[in-house]
Amino acid sequence: METRKGLYYSKDHEWVRVDGDRAYIGITDYAQDSLGSIVYVETPKAGRKISKGQVLGVVESVKAASDIYSPVSGTIIEVNDALTGNPELINESPYENYIAVISLDDPGELSELMNDEQYAEYTKGE
Amino acid sequence: MDRRTPLYETEKAMGAKFTSFGGWELPVSYSDILKEHHAVRNTAGLFDVSHMGEIIIEGRDALSFVNRLITNDLSPVPDNRILYSPMCYENGTVADDILIYKFSGTKLLLVVNAGNIEKDEAWIRSHVTGDVTVENISDRIVQLALQGPWAESIIRKILNDENTVLPGFYWFIETRLFGKDGQPPLKVLLSRTGYTGEDGFEIYLDISENGKSDAERLWNGILEAGRDYGILPVGLGARDTLRLEAALPLYGHELSDAITPLEAGLKFFVKLSKEDFIGREALARQSEQGIKRKLYGFEMIDRGIPRNGYEVIMNGSKIGYVTSGGPLPSLGINGGLALLDDTGLSAGDTIGIMIRERVCGARIVPTPFYGKKYKK
Repeated sequence: METRKGLYYSKDHEWVRVDGDRAYIGITDYAQDSLGSIVYVETPKAGRKISKGQVLGVVESVKAASDIYSPVSGTIIEVNDALTGNPELINESPYENYIAVISLDDPGELSELMNDEQYAEYTKGE
Repeated sequence: MDRRTPLYETEKAMGAKFTSFGGWELPVSYSDILKEHHAVRNTAGLFDVSHMGEIIIEGRDALSFVNRLITNDLSPVPDNRILYSPMCYENGTVADDILIYKFSGTKLLLVVNAGNIEKDEAWIRSHVTGDVTVENISDRIVQLALQGPWAESIIRKILNDENTVLPGFYWFIETRLFGKDGQPPLKVLLSRTGYTGEDGFEIYLDISENGKSDAERLWNGILEAGRDYGILPVGLGARDTLRLEAALPLYGHELSDAITPLEAGLKFFVKLSKEDFIGREALARQSEQGIKRKLYGFEMIDRGIPRNGYEVIMNGSKIGYVTSGGPLPSLGINGGLALLDDTGLSAGDTIGIMIRERVCGARIVPTPFYGKKYKK
């Protein structure tokens, strides 16, 4: 399973890429592989405040719907509309296709997430 | 712990992903559910369905005994023919839906759903009368399903005797596969049945003699024979999307101990006028009084994927729930089956599906969603 250096990872298999005060959120390669063919993505509304642990969106595979939890708190400032018509983009390149961008309330929250090595170790046990 | 089929290790080595279903750990997919789905529709797919149960009923009174357990009528059925039937409780709800293979009037094979094997065996045994023996042979039977437009061509390649006449739809033969290379052939029961809406076969192999090696020979031999046709091994994920497109019921969803076969639209398989059977009185009463809820097919108008258990709304009130739903890959839409109060709904009517606290528009459509003409 691919992991990328420089990203933060949650136990629920979301990744965070920080660019200035913008945090891009997506799901990991491990998550997309476990879900299989993704056929639907429900993205959140831009402008909404969200707390860490709240449902950011929903990813549906052929078999089931799975919630995506926000790994950080902040304001949703952008969503990836390309996923609406092409949900399979997440299967093709999970780290290039973010679900939403959040303006961080507290960058300190990032320290509670895993780095790529810790996450790789974490998914070994799953 | 979940049970595994004799092919578990072989499938794991092929990269299968597993899931828990009806007390079994079974392959959900080998490569990609959608790819596997389209392979069955366009070329061929091979399923390991060894989790299904097999119960043999033998004896002088076998036929009349089984006919009392089921709602369909076995009495006019010729030898080597297969009958589909619900098996009901006294209150008319469904204990299981099964296939009955008629070898003769004194020997029948019942093929039952994986999650119901023990329950069915106990139910059947508790009703035994007359000269009848019941034997649960599920543990020694490997069952594979070969489905798709190339299924017949692939079977022809592996028949031991190429002059064998293949069975027509819902008929079976006992025959031998492989062995042209000098190895002993495999004795199998071969039926023209399936759960996909495509032409195809189900193959039953008794592994009590040579164990897993026979199962592996059968599995690998079919994949090898089908390679030039584009065969893929197919898991439970695509089995579910394929059967849903063909609107075939799944026990625990469209049928259960809270649903009668009349509600599920299986009136054709309920013969109220035959000799007495378990559930007859309740079903006759329901038939007279009118069936208050029915199974309908629907497709989504709005974005969103309907799933089992989601509520169905019409004019602001709940009229039922989704029994099975999801993507219908051959149609490129989302849809499903729903058990709805019969308020005179007909094709084209608009209903609402509650998806995550939002009402999403859908319309009633005729079933099956996917239909194909094939050899019968």
